[in-house]
Amino acid sequence: MSSSLIEVRPKRVNSDQYEEPFYLNLGPQHPSTHGVLRLVLELDGETIVGCDPRIGYLHRGVEKLAENLNYNQTIVLSDRLDYIASAANNTVFCLAFEKLFGLKVPRRARLLRTIVNEMARISSHLLWLATHALDIGAMTVFLYCFRERERLLNIFEEICGARLTHSYVRVGGVRQDFTQEAIESLKKFTEEFPQLILEYETLIDVNRIWLERTKGIAVVSAEEAINLGLTGPVLRGSGVPYDVRKFRPYDAYDEVEFEVPVGERGDVYDRYRVRMMEMRQSNRIIKQCLEKLPETEGEPIIAEDAPDLLIPERMREPEPKPHPKKGFIFTGREVFPVPPGEAFASIESPKGELAVYVVSDGTNKPWRLRIRTPSFVHISAIPSLAKGHLIADLIAIIGTLDVVLGDCDR
Amino acid sequence: MGILEKIDMETLLKNLKEKFPRYILDLREGDTTTLTVKREGFLEIMQFLKGEGFNHLIDLCGVDYLNYKLEAKPERFEVVYHLYSISRKELLRVKVPIPEKDCWQYSLTSLWKTANWFERECYDMFGIVFKGHPDLRRILMPEDWEGFPLRKDYPLQLEEEREWKVYRELKTKARGAR
Repeated sequence: MSSSLIEVRPKRVNSDQYEEPFYLNLGPQHPSTHGVLRLVLELDGETIVGCDPRIGYLHRGVEKLAENLNYNQTIVLSDRLDYIASAANNTVFCLAFEKLFGLKVPRRARLLRTIVNEMARISSHLLWLATHALDIGAMTVFLYCFRERERLLNIFEEICGARLTHSYVRVGGVRQDFTQEAIESLKKFTEEFPQLILEYETLIDVNRIWLERTKGIAVVSAEEAINLGLTGPVLRGSGVPYDVRKFRPYDAYDEVEFEVPVGERGDVYDRYRVRMMEMRQSNRIIKQCLEKLPETEGEPIIAEDAPDLLIPERMREPEPKPHPKKGFIFTGREVFPVPPGEAFASIESPKGELAVYVVSDGTNKPWRLRIRTPSFVHISAIPSLAKGHLIADLIAIIGTLDVVLGDCDR
Repeated sequence: MGILEKIDMETLLKNLKEKFPRYILDLREGDTTTLTVKREGFLEIMQFLKGEGFNHLIDLCGVDYLNYKLEAKPERFEVVYHLYSISRKELLRVKVPIPEKDCWQYSLTSLWKTANWFERECYDMFGIVFKGHPDLRRILMPEDWEGFPLRKDYPLQLEEEREWKVYRELKTKARGAR
């Protein structure tokens, strides 16, 4: 982040393409940057020669704050990272802490978590489709997407009382069980949703503006994509079937069937196709989980030894010691409330691979909590993707990476 | 990918130990295999690992172990790398201790482009300088910010005198308007 306006750098030495560099400042308040992303562009006519993303406008210091809160309290911070799919953020925090504490999550809780994760994926992809299409010029699909997203948010409200910042997933399980009403409306949703995806596709797939503006734009080869650190649908659009849900299964993903769609050419259009297929797969996963839910009726939804909401700073355990005269006396021995060590957990969030690395020193607060967010890495790839494209294509590139600045700046 | 001759993780680690006996400080199995290496041989080891199929650099971060009570750490800082091999489905953690006095580390940007921003962030938050980085600037904090926020001796809330200059000016302006 820079407080000054555009700093003009000296002209490049070996540049014979153009005489004078032309600098353009895109953002941070540009509507198609989806938040507060600022790009300093170096242009030759309308072609992008250089691009320098400036981030940090939404930096809230989540990692520093987390070092001063206890483990359960940090989950509330995680909601504010990727606020479009906060269930995914909650899950990765909890998975890392569970690994650290050595907790075993009951099966019902794992199923419920999988459901909310996939709901978050669908609602995130719907928002992505709506705004991405709006940016590129396919306006109609916007309200169609928001119609279904609204239904999902209403179900979220029924489940946990919040529409966007859920904090539903807790260390050791989930906060509360689904109501019958929520299950019914979710069942209805999963039955109707596949037809609705077709509806969006008929709106977009024959739209010539959409096709012209997405095909062959920002092509990334498989190797380049891995080197750039791209993950999630962006990487799969380039033909690499890397999906954390398959490669390192967490929650209930090892007991459901789903496919990992991949693209061929690795352009904006392929990534769009991958996300559309993913929504169908997510729908399938929710359906399977809902079928399995009655099997676990009556099971606990949180692990028995899950820590309380307020983890005490120190704990004392009575310890018998031989008394010189009469038998025993009991003295207190300090024990760590949390096992020391380190843990790493990663999940497939709607945007890409979301990972948490936590180091514990045994106290109730994490010594270090590192969050690797997909948006941060994806924005770092914008300069390589945008080089040689027109400014108008830059909007398509920002859209196709599906970045959320709260996720990027932390 | 693909043509690589697949050897299992144990053999790989054994090979690694034989090849770089001087550089490997520690190898332990925690939640994942954790390798602690010396800074001197770091780039060679990473090159070797990348050649063996660890092609996805998931994460790079710094950790400050100032006054860490649990175990005596040889140096104040550590840079932690998480590598993943998509072809062999293995996760590997590599740690490099960095002394406080001589606070720098080799840059990985020649091997992974994604290391670029991770290293900028690590520099921004911990003040660890990455040698060979093409463009080491602050990334999340303002360019004229003083201090490195994620260090353990940096307070959560700054005293008023040490606040960021721009913010202080803004505050006085707002007071004047009132």
